[in-house]
Amino acid sequence: MSANGKPKFAMYWAASCGGCEIAVLNIGEKILDFDANFEVVFWPVAMDAKYKDVEAMPDQSILLTLWNGGIRNKENEEIAHLLRRKSQILVAFGSCATEGCIPGLANFSSTEEIFHAAYDSISSENPEKLRPQYRTQMPEGEISIPEFYPTLRTLDQVVKVDYYMPGCPPESHQIASVIDLVIQVLQGKATLPPAGSVIGAGISTVCDDCPRQRNVKLVKKFTRIQALQNPDPTLCLLEQGVPCNGPATRQGCGALCPQAGAQCIGCYGPAEGVIDYGARLISAFASVIDSTDPDEIEAILDGIPDPAGQFYRFNLAGSLLRAGMKSWSR
Amino acid sequence: MTTEKSENKERIGVYVCHCGSNIAGIVDVQDVAEWAGRDLAERGVVVSRDYKFMCSSLGQELIEKDIQEEGLTRVVVAACSPHLHEATFRTACSRAGLNPYLCELVSIREQVSWVHTDKEAATEKSKAVLSGGVERVIHHEPLEPLHVPIHPATLVVGGGISGIQAALEIADAGFPVYMVEREPSIGGHMAQFDKTFPTLDCSACILTPKMVSVGNHPNINLFTWSEVEKVDGYVGNFTVTIRKKARYIKTELCTGCGICQEKCPKKLIDDVYEAGLGYRKAVYTPFPQAVPKYPVIDRENCTFFQKGTCKVCQKFCPTDAIDFEQEDELITVQVGNIILATGFDLFDPRKVSQYGYGRLANVFSSLEFERLTNAAGPTNGNIVLRDGVTTPRAVGIIHCVGSRDRNFNNYCSVICCMQSLKFAHLVHERTGATVYNFYIDMRTAYKEYDEFYQRILEEGTLFVRGKVAEVTGAARSPGEEGRLIIQVEDTLAGKQRRIPVDMVILSAALQPRYDAKEVAHKFGISCSANGWYIEKHPKLDPVATMTEGIFIAGCVQGPKDIPTSVSQGAAAAARILGRIQQKEIALEPVRASVDQDKCSGCRICNSMCPFNAIIFHEDRMVTEVNPALCQGCGTCIAACPAGAISGTGFSDQQILAQIEGLLMVNFEHARVAELG
Ligand SMILES: Cc1cc2nc3c(=O)[nH]c(=O)nc-3n(C[C@H](O)[C@H](O)[C@H](O)COP(=O)(O)OP(=O)(O)OC[C@H]3O[C@@H](n4cnc5c(N)ncnc54)[C@H](O)[C@@H]3O)c2cc1C
Ligand code: SF4
Ligand code: SF4
Ligand code: SF4
Ligand code: SF4
Repeated sequence: MSANGKPKFAMYWAASCGGCEIAVLNIGEKILDFDANFEVVFWPVAMDAKYKDVEAMPDQSILLTLWNGGIRNKENEEIAHLLRRKSQILVAFGSCATEGCIPGLANFSSTEEIFHAAYDSISSENPEKLRPQYRTQMPEGEISIPEFYPTLRTLDQVVKVDYYMPGCPPESHQIASVIDLVIQVLQGKATLPPAGSVIGAGISTVCDDCPRQRNVKLVKKFTRIQALQNPDPTLCLLEQGVPCNGPATRQGCGALCPQAGAQCIGCYGPAEGVIDYGARLISAFASVIDSTDPDEIEAILDGIPDPAGQFYRFNLAGSLLRAGMKSWSR
Repeated sequence: MTTEKSENKERIGVYVCHCGSNIAGIVDVQDVAEWAGRDLAERGVVVSRDYKFMCSSLGQELIEKDIQEEGLTRVVVAACSPHLHEATFRTACSRAGLNPYLCELVSIREQVSWVHTDKEAATEKSKAVLSGGVERVIHHEPLEPLHVPIHPATLVVGGGISGIQAALEIADAGFPVYMVEREPSIGGHMAQFDKTFPTLDCSACILTPKMVSVGNHPNINLFTWSEVEKVDGYVGNFTVTIRKKARYIKTELCTGCGICQEKCPKKLIDDVYEAGLGYRKAVYTPFPQAVPKYPVIDRENCTFFQKGTCKVCQKFCPTDAIDFEQEDELITVQVGNIILATGFDLFDPRKVSQYGYGRLANVFSSLEFERLTNAAGPTNGNIVLRDGVTTPRAVGIIHCVGSRDRNFNNYCSVICCMQSLKFAHLVHERTGATVYNFYIDMRTAYKEYDEFYQRILEEGTLFVRGKVAEVTGAARSPGEEGRLIIQVEDTLAGKQRRIPVDMVILSAALQPRYDAKEVAHKFGISCSANGWYIEKHPKLDPVATMTEGIFIAGCVQGPKDIPTSVSQGAAAAARILGRIQQKEIALEPVRASVDQDKCSGCRICNSMCPFNAIIFHEDRMVTEVNPALCQGCGTCIAACPAGAISGTGFSDQQILAQIEGLLMVNFEHARVAELG
């Protein structure tokens, strides 16, 4: 407890886009409850603070830390260890921290390919072809930048994580209810879920919340939603041949995408207990293909032109394989 | 989300079997056992032994003693495939008071010693396989078998000799049988033959008494001109819907006098019973000894049904038994077990176009020839050419038509050599013609079969070893004029020969029924790619299938002769009688179950189950698995994207632990290699 008696709160971003922070701010007037109950001690996006301030805090002095972002470089890793030490409850917050998310897709590429895309490709203005150097000699002495790792790792591949909160980003109403829960725990009105749990989400999948009509599925063709002639707004998208990831994706968003007429792309990650989201979804899609003729099956599968993007868009770093071969070769 | 190696408090016993030299010849079993006792001690292994034959009583006693004295809570046996001895070791555990499902059998014979030659590598692999088993067994849970009651009635599908035998065995033991036969009469292929090899006894004489018994048996309910429409339920408790096609005959009035058949003006070629060689009427019984005796009106060919007038049969029927108003009936019966005995179809020899069947008049199929020799057949048993009068002077019999031929069927049809020898004898005996048999290999295994071959050799049949290239009517010399010429490479004489004959008989292959796959699907059993039904074990369980409660007998399982078909019919009956007498059956508790809270009702799994065990509750939008129908195949478990379905005995946790166990050993090796 701090001087004013309020428990301490921290939020940190590693390799991520910043959407998670915005989602937290997006919880509306709940933020006032939050402010009434917590003292924010460290939140680089929202307030100025130095790492050395955190280092100076006693171990376990922060009650709750929300961590978003994957572990991409040495700095991310060091801060992860630091905040782990200082926090009682460390939450992997959002898809990047729990399963790697879009930054994790870089695990299909070698470091060189990533640097090439960042510094030499047509989208970069870099006529001298400069590359960042980890160490540079300056008149004042040597300065350094954090080392870039060959793969992106999820938070729990680096430190022990107490809770997971999926979503890209987590839905604001889910954040609000988690904050509510923590406040109630502080007031002794509720107890924390078992360590290692996924919070702010259901245990079933998006289909459970999806109002679309569904039948026994027999798919003769996969197609992009844009190419669908006369889409039926009331019928399951998968049955219409649109590769909807809803059946494999953890419930929590309220089936927003399929209700808006777009397929689920899987940002809430795997359902409770599922170890490899992509593998599950691949075998599910394979199961509903309505053909026994190998050539026809091949043609149906051509309707999914980017399998890695379809099945592993959000969870490559957190999958069983974690990365493609290339990324391992330094 | 990370998988951490679990804490283990189990006391595990490890037993490594030598299997004589089967395993010990390649795997250093002693080293494996010592290694497990030492290196897997931290994983809970408290006893580790190797023994010559673990499956012997002494081997089993070793396990029992350790369970009692060492307080083992888990047992891992590294021996042969679970198919063989899983039950043995589970029972041993049970005897010692340990739940049998806490025992794991890992295969270091089929998966290691039999497939490797490098001793050192095989020993290391055995350790990995064993380590996988140890990690897995930690996660096993005690299970109780499921008990389901067995309905005492049995359904027999197909009234050929194998189905007849099965039905009689069960009915004679005092239990009810429903027999469903698609044709108007039972009898199957055997009813078409005149004589049967090797004893040459008259087929009808040995078959018809059995047919009559089926027809009269108080315990047999016979449905001919019928087919199974639908099968629901599971072992012990199937609900079968039978379509009894309209016969247009009131069987309670018909006396079987045959006047309708005599008077019916519509005559057509009989492709089934007479193999296309003879005729029947639109109202018919396939043959005089048919069981039941009642005819059927074949609607497609009946003048009244097609054109609206005729009814000659009705006018002449003395008992007023003809009823044009009859409709198909659907009948539902309850049975505990099912025997499929639907037999085979004859390969269509037209497909081997160079042999001229269908093009050259005097080329006959084997079934046609059976009808030719049959005293009740179209020629009253006279072996004559297609013109109906000329007796052949020379006859060529070609073996293996459509069998043992990569263009058609790779397999041997088993009966054709013997059947061709039977034909040679009959031609010889009845016509005195010169007979040539063209064979690739002579296969006359089984009792009295080779003796029969010797006899035919002595009778003077000429044997040419070689695959016939062509049967042609194109003569090259005056002597060939007007005859059929068989072009063949005589591999024993080492030369090409042209042999003129008057008649050619093609011993066509036996192949699966044209609708075998459809029927297999209806009953939820598997058939091989070519369509023969697959037995549970090719040697040790030849009449059971992978689907509990469904048995197979006769040619439906693969080509075979009458004695073997009869044995299989009796064997299937014995298996079922055992169960009926037990009154209930214990089923493996390896079953899928759906966590209804996790199930989203996406319905991806709904069409997956080969055993129709999956039910979808529309009201609650959740899926459920019927445990009595589920065979634990795992198909739906793999399909469910929500991970809502799990299989007892095959949980993710068990499988991942096993993989980790396997890899653990390899990792250590990789590390050793790295350190040099
Ligand atoms: C030309 C020839 C000569 C032979 N000679 C001999 C011999 O001399 N000695 C010997 O030992 N073996 C002989 N055989 C082999 C013998 O025919 C078989 O061993 C025997 O007929 C197999 O009996 P089955 O009951 O399994 O099949 P089948 O005789 O084929 O009987 C199957 C029955 O099932 C019925 N059926 C099929 N499908 C369905 C369905 N879906 N629903 C309901 N009913 C259905 C059929 O109508 C048929 O009545 C010969 C075979 C051939 C081809
Ligand atoms: S549209 Fe997508 S989310 Fe909705 S039921 Fe179909 S698969 Fe599930
Ligand atoms: S109605 Fe005529 S054609 Fe039809 S079965 Fe009777 S006699 Fe034959
Ligand atoms: S595991 Fe699933 S698919 Fe297989 S038999 Fe059971 S319910 Fe059917
Ligand atoms: S696949 Fe899984 S989630 Fe979908 S209906 Fe079947 S059990 Fe339910």
